[in-house]
Amino acid sequence: MGFILRRLGFYLVAFWASITLNFMLPRLMPGDPVTRMLSRSQQRLDPQQVESLQRLLGVEGGPWWQEYFAYIGRVFTGDFGVSISRFPTPVSEVIAAQLPWTLLLGAVSLFLAVVIGNLLGILAAWRRGGALDSVVPPLLVFIGSFPYFWLAMGSLYVFGVTLGISPLRHAFSVGLTPSWDLTFIFDVAAHLILPALSIVLVSIGGWMLGMRNTMISTNAEDYILMAEAKGLRPRRIMFNYAARNALLPSVTNIGMSLGFIVGGALLTEVVFAYPGVGYQLLAAVQGLDYPLMQGLFLTITAAVLLANFLVDLVYVRLDPRVRVG
Amino acid sequence: MRPVLDIESLTVEYVSDERSVRGADRVSLQIAPGEILGLAGESGCGKSTIAHSIMRLLKDPARITHGSIRFDGADVLAMAPDELRSWRWRQVAMVFQSAMNSLSPVMRIGDQLADVFTTHERMSKRAASSRAAELLELVGIPAARIHAYPHQLSGGQRQRVVIAMACALRPRLLILDEPTTALDVVVQQEILAQIRQLQAELGFAVLFITHDMSLMLELSDRIGVMYAGRIVELAPAAALRREPRHDYTQALMGAFPPITGPRVKLTGLGEGVRFTSIGDLAEVAPGHFVAPADTTEILFAKETQR
Repeated sequence: MGFILRRLGFYLVAFWASITLNFMLPRLMPGDPVTRMLSRSQQRLDPQQVESLQRLLGVEGGPWWQEYFAYIGRVFTGDFGVSISRFPTPVSEVIAAQLPWTLLLGAVSLFLAVVIGNLLGILAAWRRGGALDSVVPPLLVFIGSFPYFWLAMGSLYVFGVTLGISPLRHAFSVGLTPSWDLTFIFDVAAHLILPALSIVLVSIGGWMLGMRNTMISTNAEDYILMAEAKGLRPRRIMFNYAARNALLPSVTNIGMSLGFIVGGALLTEVVFAYPGVGYQLLAAVQGLDYPLMQGLFLTITAAVLLANFLVDLVYVRLDPRVRVG
Repeated sequence: MRPVLDIESLTVEYVSDERSVRGADRVSLQIAPGEILGLAGESGCGKSTIAHSIMRLLKDPARITHGSIRFDGADVLAMAPDELRSWRWRQVAMVFQSAMNSLSPVMRIGDQLADVFTTHERMSKRAASSRAAELLELVGIPAARIHAYPHQLSGGQRQRVVIAMACALRPRLLILDEPTTALDVVVQQEILAQIRQLQAELGFAVLFITHDMSLMLELSDRIGVMYAGRIVELAPAAALRREPRHDYTQALMGAFPPITGPRVKLTGLGEGVRFTSIGDLAEVAPGHFVAPADTTEILFAKETQR
């Protein structure tokens, strides 16, 4: 319990630091972002909006600490201001619309890569030097060395354009309204396959190799020999004794990869015009949409911190040794 | 009486592309039911190789190239995988060298004990864990500790858990591969007393492997001394203590000090001496076997000349 509270404390401090950075960024930039935006939008903003922008970016004047506390208060009430590029939608609404798609794409591809990669790694290490161990890792590493957006473009060209068997863009077909019926779910799945596949293919080799190498050193441990001497079945030794111990570094890696999920596989989302956070972030940067950028940064940070906290919780369950000390 | 374990001319080779090394060389020995046979020798002489071959735990590149291992008449080397698996632990159990690493760090010790019962006796999880608790009591650890993880136990306790695990199915032979290495002297004594008590209760035979001659003399009925993969002397413990015949055994006995009696200058283990082409064991007294030692080569003289 003490361990969890200490981790929670750490994440709260980290979150506070990221809010503070987010507050400082616009002030550290040369010039005034509001004026720059005004000139870009050629006075299309009404005065009320300018004021809201200034308030949001903390450039409205007044002592900085007052603005700082006002900003923190707004962040905790979920008020990120109004998006400029998608005026007059509030930033929180824009993000709420994008985030689920990024989470879906990221979670599905990470889940597949982790599960398949680790399983392959376990099996390869168990039959070290066997067919699986000699053929698959080099192949996966070869595929993994392609840039992921290149694979994305390649598969989009082959399966989408040339063969015409997969959708070309977006997360679901135009004309469908999001709901939980089967037609819509299948449509979403069809749109998900290529983007997810391009990410899985690139990352799976790393998972497999990592698991294989840890597993090989685990297999040399005395408790594995002991388990074998006990007359346990090979399957039980492989999963309950060897893989269970070899899993720990992999779990740490999952924590780190979660950042990749929420930040969005930016280029994948761009290639497939997938309406996720990465795609939106690019649009926000191009449109100098500071409120949206700030909102996205903060969301990504919060999500990464939250995900890592969850991984910490899981790790405590998996490794009894971290519970002490 | 039929020996519980009968090893005949066992040869184990570690094979690599360039050369092969003999880990055990034409080793023959028998263990009678209920007997404690000690196997002594310095590191790398093949003690553990023999222990591992008995349970067929040798991994590549080690290979049994010659000889036979019979357990109670059954040919161990000819067993099919399934047969081997149910034979292991039920008939022969083993306590490994490193007490610290014999238990998986992420499993509760109760689960690791219960594993034996669920696998071999097809017990339900609940029944198996109550048997696990009884086993812990048997080696003097409170039953409530079945929920503990290995890192929460001391080194001595961990080794007790492993010994309890080894006794779980009341095997006929227990192999102890340096069970007290890495434990301090006090705990060593406790563990040995534990083993002696369990042996009196359960009546298993023991193959006791160590390089600690004093421990060995204390515990064993008979002792085999190994050198470079061969057994150079095999004799009852008392006979070996009284009059070791082989030069190497004498060196080994001279390597630890007597507590009483006149002061003796300690000699190093086979200092300047190397034994080559060791012959087969020959009986020199009833039950006392020695391999001919006339082919020792004295490197010592050459080195002093330099």
